[in-house]
Amino acid sequence: MALTESASAEADQLSQDRLRSMYRDMVLGRLLDERVLVLNRQGRAPFAISGQGHEAAQVGVGYALRRGYDWLVPYYRDLTLVLVMGMEPRDHLMAALGRAADPNSGARQMPGHYGSRAHNIVTTGSSVATQILHAVGVAQAFRYRHEDKVVVVSVGEGGTSEGDWHEGLNWAAIYHLPVIFLVENNSFAISVPQSRQMAVAHVADRAIGYGMPGVVVDGGDVMAVHEAATTAVARARRGDGPTLLEAVCVRLQSHSSDDDQRRYRTADDLAEMRRHDPVERFRGQLEASGVLGDGDADEIRVECQRLIEAAQAEADKAPVPDASTALLHVYGEG
Amino acid sequence: MAEVTYVEAIRSAMEEEMHRDDRVLLMGEDVGAKGGVFGATAGLFQTFGEERVIDSPLAEAAIVGVAIGCALAGLRPVAEIQFLDFIPPAMDQIISEAAKIRYRSNNDWSCPMVIRAPCGGGVHVHGALYHSQSLEALFAHVPGLKVVMPSTPSDAKGLLLAAIRDPDPVCFFEHKALYRSLREEVPEGDYVVPIGKGRVVREGTDISCITYGATVHEATTAAERLAADGIQVEVIDLRTVRPLDREIIVQTVRKTGKVLVAHEANLAVGVGAEVAAIAAEECFQQLDAPVMRIGGPEVPAIPFAESLAEVYCLGPDKIEAKLRELAAY
Repeated sequence: MALTESASAEADQLSQDRLRSMYRDMVLGRLLDERVLVLNRQGRAPFAISGQGHEAAQVGVGYALRRGYDWLVPYYRDLTLVLVMGMEPRDHLMAALGRAADPNSGARQMPGHYGSRAHNIVTTGSSVATQILHAVGVAQAFRYRHEDKVVVVSVGEGGTSEGDWHEGLNWAAIYHLPVIFLVENNSFAISVPQSRQMAVAHVADRAIGYGMPGVVVDGGDVMAVHEAATTAVARARRGDGPTLLEAVCVRLQSHSSDDDQRRYRTADDLAEMRRHDPVERFRGQLEASGVLGDGDADEIRVECQRLIEAAQAEADKAPVPDASTALLHVYGEG
Repeated sequence: MAEVTYVEAIRSAMEEEMHRDDRVLLMGEDVGAKGGVFGATAGLFQTFGEERVIDSPLAEAAIVGVAIGCALAGLRPVAEIQFLDFIPPAMDQIISEAAKIRYRSNNDWSCPMVIRAPCGGGVHVHGALYHSQSLEALFAHVPGLKVVMPSTPSDAKGLLLAAIRDPDPVCFFEHKALYRSLREEVPEGDYVVPIGKGRVVREGTDISCITYGATVHEATTAAERLAADGIQVEVIDLRTVRPLDREIIVQTVRKTGKVLVAHEANLAVGVGAEVAAIAAEECFQQLDAPVMRIGGPEVPAIPFAESLAEVYCLGPDKIEAKLRELAAY
């Protein structure tokens, strides 16, 4: 498999180390995601929600941001993206196993509800698309303080049917705020296909109605996503306003551990989707272009597995939250 | 001390705090050049500019949701919902987001913000169903929120300053009938009325009338009429309906042994029910009569025609009658 044209242009700009690092983060996200699904099937993780198939979109966007400077308002499929922002496998496993050390929520929320002040990852709940408005507010604060930070907020295509989505894009465009609205379009909202969420071919088609650029990008092509995200981030940082960036992804797993997509998707559809695994695709590109040599991909995989094993060993031993803490932190102290 | 109206007290609280704290900014419909439909932000756009006094699109969920984002990023936003009646589109942002941010993040994040909204009606307000409601009970049910209902200009200013400085989301509901009808001396400069502390409006030994918001004034008028007949009614202004000041409730009920809870909001499953429950749980031995309540009837809101509005609204006469019923018990 050869590099795409957009990818080869990008490849010139990015060092080989950086490409390997992007691949490594995709593999880490994938393996960690798989591990949590296994823990769920073993009855050890009560709930799991998968981002498999979204890794290229998330790494492509994440690598366009300045880590520790820019902000992310994620949604529940963003495991790989929060890893790029600085969270660790340990953090995710603490959450999956409901441990007190879960940095997202101290095991108060279901796993997948990310948030970490230390990493500029805004706390998120389960209501779909409410986070859109928070990102607009964060960007309004950046503008008010004359900071050149940008904020990425992500959502699935189903979430774009919500009113908060509309209100947020409208506001951000009016005030030219530095927001990248990342739609990870995997064509299903639990069981409902995109054709029952909207009458347009692409979510990004709506951007013109808000007065912002709308870009559709192959969410399985990490370099294409990275290029589009870099353009959107530069525009936002310059003060020229928001961008609607739609990454067309595949949802390799069911909606959550409580769902079985074989009940509403055809076998052909599922088989076809698996041919578009973004992690495999990027590995093929990197091997074809010589960025990954013989055995490099295996080495990365082993390194990631080792990290996950160590993280799980730590999480296994970690205490659950003390019952005496259940009533704390409803209000602040002062 | 200067004599000011209730709405001017609110306006000056925001103005003074914006001079003191550059993290404070305002957003809402018509809060900019117009200064708000009730004038609560009059002149602030001209003083502080459009980056700090933001005319929002006509979108209530966005007003609250964007304010939440500002709070998450370190600012102290004050969001205005033009009428409390129009807050339902923002309920998801208030209940699912603002109220839960601290708890759900295990204290990693917090959401210090104020949601201001005019509420209430009355026969002279003519607000009808969608410009008159008292919806405080909806918010008082939610842990993570604070709900403030000031009844006087002094309290409005001191409580609003406390609300802006509070580390958590505060719903600040202003009775629109009070905006220009009340004028009193308000302390100048910086002072705070603590959230969660009620006050004794009028001392009495025979009956306690526990209330808040505009009803405080109707209850006080009724209490004065009973005083002419030698019945001493203690009027308590709760000021805050979440958290309730349990101490002041228990103190007054133990003192008088008879209690009437009065509020303009619909009676059923309202704040009065919680106050009554506290009185029953904490003061059972001291009660000399059943706890009584008076509030809005079982209709959705206050109708437009004065003849209909009178049926909904309390007013001193209805409160007086209920107090006499309690006195005779």
